[in-house]
Amino acid sequence: MAWLAKSLNSSLGKKLLMAITGLFLISFLLVHCSLNALIFLNDGGVAFNEGAEFMGTNPIIRTMEIVLFAGLLLHIYDGLRLWLENKSKRPVAYAKVDGAANSKWYSRSMGLLGTLLLLFLILHLKHFWYFSRLTEGLEDHTLYAEMQAVFMNPVVVVVYVLGCISLGYHLLHGFSSAFQSIGWNHPKYTPTIKTIGAIFSIVIPAAFAAMPIAFYFHLIH
Amino acid sequence: MEGHLNLTLKIWRQKNASVAGKFETYQVSGISTDMSFLEMIDVLNNRLIEEGDDPVAFDHDCREGICGMCSMYINGRPHGPNRGVTTCQLHMRSFQDGETITVEPWRASAFPVIKDLVVNRSAFDRIIAAGGFVSVNTGNAQDANNLPIPKENADEAFAAAACIGCGACVAACKNASAMLFTSAKVSQLALLPQGQVEAASRAQAMVAQMDEEGFGACSNTGACEAECPKGISIENIARMNREYFSATFSSK
Repeated sequence: MAWLAKSLNSSLGKKLLMAITGLFLISFLLVHCSLNALIFLNDGGVAFNEGAEFMGTNPIIRTMEIVLFAGLLLHIYDGLRLWLENKSKRPVAYAKVDGAANSKWYSRSMGLLGTLLLLFLILHLKHFWYFSRLTEGLEDHTLYAEMQAVFMNPVVVVVYVLGCISLGYHLLHGFSSAFQSIGWNHPKYTPTIKTIGAIFSIVIPAAFAAMPIAFYFHLIH
Repeated sequence: MEGHLNLTLKIWRQKNASVAGKFETYQVSGISTDMSFLEMIDVLNNRLIEEGDDPVAFDHDCREGICGMCSMYINGRPHGPNRGVTTCQLHMRSFQDGETITVEPWRASAFPVIKDLVVNRSAFDRIIAAGGFVSVNTGNAQDANNLPIPKENADEAFAAAACIGCGACVAACKNASAMLFTSAKVSQLALLPQGQVEAASRAQAMVAQMDEEGFGACSNTGACEAECPKGISIENIARMNREYFSATFSSK
């Protein structure tokens, strides 16, 4: 298997790893967002709590949760490694750089956006993952009730909305970029991939951002 | 219509690779808007020589946009403000009277500065030598129609082969990555039947050499494509990725 390790450790291989883990995390976002969107049914969280109960007890989902953490850690590790290595390739910086003339700012700032997302994620995991997995409280105090409680704090709401904006820009580059890294650039498919990527990058983070806002302003009960 | 410009030039001066460089400021006046950027530097250099100073060293050869020698990073962009041109084809009409122009060499650890604005781009030659060729017996050229090649493939291969190896892609890339160059050189052969025989070993050898030279990885920002004077497409990078990963799994 030395051949595989050699290939994955090349400049192209590191990007392939970034792309595959990124697409896997994108698939997770879709599941996470769809399930959470059940709160908008405005049924007092009945459907949402049922979904959360299923996700928390189903053995396949629980196994996938471990795979998800592994994928996330690999994405972070590979991203940091690429960022550090790439930085070292230009030891003397330019005095003047006109980046806006040839590329989008968020495509050049994936490391920064990723770091912001990581900071957000630590807070987010502490709020909800820690609550639902590592404490005994689901019987009388549901995840829905916990969301209601957490999103009463305006600072938390603002941080969550900022986190969603970071996610949107990270996805706006990352979604289509992943396909390019895999080698999937084709006149027949690339325009569709870019369109789907742009829609995904707006709709998913917007739906996520709407959740804390909806709770804070009592738009759902 | 011809006009004349007075300009302030901030030019990177560095004696050789082992000493630190710094910016020097020069004033030039009466520069014709019909001059190329290199001719403007020639005017400055004539004056420096007359004054007994060391002229600004810079790479140039054909001065008609096809040799790939000129390599100036002008006002934050390789080959200056215009798209699809090399520095020698950049005219002074693209600048305003009284403007300050910053001129730097390509910045990359794989492209060490030789002097002033001249960098060593032999890393590109070593990438080509690693696999950017087809091993064929020389002799009489065979009939052109012996090998049927679809027109689209011929056109695409030719578009990739338009790369002049100037290094603007490396200079523009935030990671100093040589992916656009290497992928163009992989593609021009991968698209043609003659290139199939050595396809797997070529992709692996050229990527390995590219990494060894100290170029960065690709962030898919597309800056290389936007700044390439020959309009090489990043579709070539995706093709190189395909070639490389299929070689990873299929090679023995």
